[in-house]
Amino acid sequence: MKKLITLALAVCLCLALALSASAEGSVYYLNFKPEQDAQWQELAALYTAETGVPVTVVTAASGNYETTLMSEIEKSDPPTLFQVNGPVGLANWTDYCYNLADSEIVKHLTSDAFALKDGDEVKGVAYVIETYGIIANTKLLEKAGYKAEDITNFETLKQVADDIQARKDELGVDGAFTSAGMDGSSDWRFKTHLANMPIYYEYQADGIGSTPAIKGTYLDNFKAIWDLYITDSTCDPALLASKTGNDAVAEFVGEKAVFYQNGTWAWNDVSALGEENLTMLPIYIGVEGEENQGLCTGTENYWCVNGTASQEDIDATLAFMEWVITSDAGRKSMSQDMGFVTPFDTFTGEYESTNPLVKIDAAYTAAGKVPVSWNFATIPSEEWKNGLGSAMTAYAAGTGDWDGVKTAFVDGWATEYELSH
Amino acid sequence: MTTAKVYHDGAVSGARRALDAFLTALLAVISVVWIYPVLLILINSVKTELSISTSTVFALPTMETFVGLDNYVYGVTQMNFLSSFGYSLVITVTSVVLILLCCSMCGWYITRVSGAVSKGMYLLCAFSMVVPFQMVMFTLSKTADTLGLNTPFNICIIYLGFGAGLAVFMFTGFMKSVPIAIEEAAMIDGCNPLQIFFRIVFPILKPTMISTAILETMWVWNDYLLPTLVLDIKKYRTIPMAIQYFRGSYGRVEMAPMMACIMITVLPIIVMYLLCQKYIIEGVIAGAVKG
Amino acid sequence: MEKAIKKFWPVFLLPTLCAFAIGFIWPFLWGIYLSFHKFTTISKTTFVGLDNYFKVFADSTFVDAFWFTAAFTVVSTILINVIAFALALALTRGLKGTNIFRTVFFLPNLIGGIVLGYIWQILLNGILTNLGLPLLALDARYGFWGLVILMCWQQIGYMMIIYIAGLQNVPGDLIEAASIDGATSLQTLVKVKLPMVMPSITICSFLTLTNSFKLFDQNLSLTNGEPGKASQMLALNIYDTFYARSGAQWKGIGQAKAVVFFLLVISIALIQLYMTRRKEVQQ
Repeated sequence: MKKLITLALAVCLCLALALSASAEGSVYYLNFKPEQDAQWQELAALYTAETGVPVTVVTAASGNYETTLMSEIEKSDPPTLFQVNGPVGLANWTDYCYNLADSEIVKHLTSDAFALKDGDEVKGVAYVIETYGIIANTKLLEKAGYKAEDITNFETLKQVADDIQARKDELGVDGAFTSAGMDGSSDWRFKTHLANMPIYYEYQADGIGSTPAIKGTYLDNFKAIWDLYITDSTCDPALLASKTGNDAVAEFVGEKAVFYQNGTWAWNDVSALGEENLTMLPIYIGVEGEENQGLCTGTENYWCVNGTASQEDIDATLAFMEWVITSDAGRKSMSQDMGFVTPFDTFTGEYESTNPLVKIDAAYTAAGKVPVSWNFATIPSEEWKNGLGSAMTAYAAGTGDWDGVKTAFVDGWATEYELSH
Repeated sequence: MTTAKVYHDGAVSGARRALDAFLTALLAVISVVWIYPVLLILINSVKTELSISTSTVFALPTMETFVGLDNYVYGVTQMNFLSSFGYSLVITVTSVVLILLCCSMCGWYITRVSGAVSKGMYLLCAFSMVVPFQMVMFTLSKTADTLGLNTPFNICIIYLGFGAGLAVFMFTGFMKSVPIAIEEAAMIDGCNPLQIFFRIVFPILKPTMISTAILETMWVWNDYLLPTLVLDIKKYRTIPMAIQYFRGSYGRVEMAPMMACIMITVLPIIVMYLLCQKYIIEGVIAGAVKG
Repeated sequence: MEKAIKKFWPVFLLPTLCAFAIGFIWPFLWGIYLSFHKFTTISKTTFVGLDNYFKVFADSTFVDAFWFTAAFTVVSTILINVIAFALALALTRGLKGTNIFRTVFFLPNLIGGIVLGYIWQILLNGILTNLGLPLLALDARYGFWGLVILMCWQQIGYMMIIYIAGLQNVPGDLIEAASIDGATSLQTLVKVKLPMVMPSITICSFLTLTNSFKLFDQNLSLTNGEPGKASQMLALNIYDTFYARSGAQWKGIGQAKAVVFFLLVISIALIQLYMTRRKEVQQ
């Protein structure tokens, strides 16, 4: 009797497995951005209703993307669509990445630069382009007697910031810049995004796109801008270690600070101030000719298709991706609901982003300013960023000196490059 | 209390009364400190998102910052919190019932049948209680995936496997003190072992059942890593997993709804605890004595 | 009787044994096997002998995590047991409100580790900010004490309950006799009560020791090992090696770390049981 039941159970299990394996392809997207989870779920349901192909979207909890991907990809029903952050991320996952060179989605890219390549193979495709700079409250700026146009380089930025800082009580603010919190919710704005500036200029000067050993040519400029951030701030530099990203948002939205370094993704956080009162300035660090510098534009989000999945699943995934960037529903969702700027030629006219911060970026480009590229995807490892972040915090708090930052920046790079190659 | 019977004279009892008064006051202060963290979350869960920052977290809600139950509504609807609650409930109930049933049978067998099998099983249980989860984390999640034990409805088999140690231990500990005479009498009356177990032993085991159920419930309900690695995350999320989803990709934390959901998680536990306090505390003591 | 039951072993033993095999025995043995291999997916494993084990000890993060864990375990075990015992003493004096106090002190124990971590993160960061000190995630010292405070908050109630039960089992006439002999209350405590509650001390120190050493959830949600990996404990370090480090060698090293961790836990448990059992009163 017992044996019979066991046998029956085993047969059922095998049948179930066989059934699920022989079914048509399905899509399993492991999404990186929690903010857009709801929109992706909606889009997935819509696609399934239209085509009958099952699409599952799972969003990893913030900070857990790599661990979730690592545990999911090992399972019998792994993600078919996942994402990496650039060449460094790709190096870890390249064995899993399907060659997208012949796929439709690559043909729709507006520029080859948005394809993530490994040799001749296209292993990843950027799906969102983001921009960051110094978000400024123009209302407060005017109150202090300035216009956004007055700020054209580091010198003028410093002048305005210093003046606002000196007259902060009169202006009713706590400081020129929001607190540069160095905890995990905020430190990436500096150890990654701000650090991109000296890396960018060094790459430009040397005419390279990546390097095994950074020289730190523009570290003095980096010091200048960091000093400005922490001295003309809403709080004492020693207190930066006790501030979070939420604090900076609260200060900026509460009109207690004029400048806030962040990007297009932060629009929803600051929109309460009103579109007409906001603008975005380039991050000037005092390099010659920077009057012509634009905002920092790039991507850290590349789609990859899991090449170890079954061919049916791969095909289904490719079809889903194509649908997302060509169908009306997909284009509307990505451009308007998710607020993304995408690198695909299908997003024209009404499918251009409505995000006001994106429009500001477009205005800069139209005015002939040169966008600063995102070079942090070439940073050798997460450890490098952490080392730099700790050194910057110690320097701000007065427990470390600038040499510590230099060491973390230059020597840290070489060490980490060595370890990861 | 046994200590109340202390031999005393007037002077000692005067000093003792003063000490008692002091201790009561001290304990009262500590109690307030003890529940403060939960109160803090409760207070903040009714404030607006923007009014919560690390420096203002201790402020009481004011007219401007009070939002009533908005955060609760948002947290529950946005995060699908109720379904997480349901899955956690299903997993806990099925696992605990299965553990109680199988382990009580196993425990009875081990105490009533001597021999290498019983002894080996007993040692294995003791051993499994000490092994840290990290030891089997990777291989267990692979095994569960291969066997399809990744839904809230059959993950209880994994919990039975990993939680059997403590339960078997508790049951054998209790069974040893139960006289065998009644069971033997029933056997003479013509009952088979199954009938003996369910008609006679099972009712006797009730207090141990409750204790074990409480200890296992506390473990399964709060467990984070096992369901995270084993469950099919495409479909199911338990409460400890869902709590993590209030962090955005750029480090923003939705503090207010997160605190609301923490309260939703904690309140039923507190209510349960206040209702069955007696059993829970007895369960803990029983677990400690047997362990 | 025994024979009759024995015939029914498939009913009584088999379900638990099967689940045991799936949920524990097989993964355990497989884990040991894999610790000698290099692999990214389990279908392709290469035997590397003891190589993984050498790398475990060469990995400074593991060694750091060990010392952090060891320090944490010692501090929290002592604090929890001393405070819990003191509270138990106070609560066995027949004070007014004893039941309320007991209820309150035990409460945090029912809240899960992840949620506990978030609650304390909010509270402690608030305190640190208002004092102008770095946040938990930026200074490992605060992370360490934060974990200790959290652990005390969670575990003291549980241990207190066990100590209360132990103290209540001390025969009243024994204390009375000591009192008649002119023993001070301190002498009664040290000479009479302490030896009599030794079994409770054994079990409580065993529980706190292993709980602290194996701590994972609270570590993950309170500090997540920040800054860098400076507040990472062993369990989190192993998890991190498995799931956050990419590269062919890490999974094998992670499994080897897990075996080392397991051996550490077992030896701590055995040593501790041996040492305290020796001191127990033979009853």
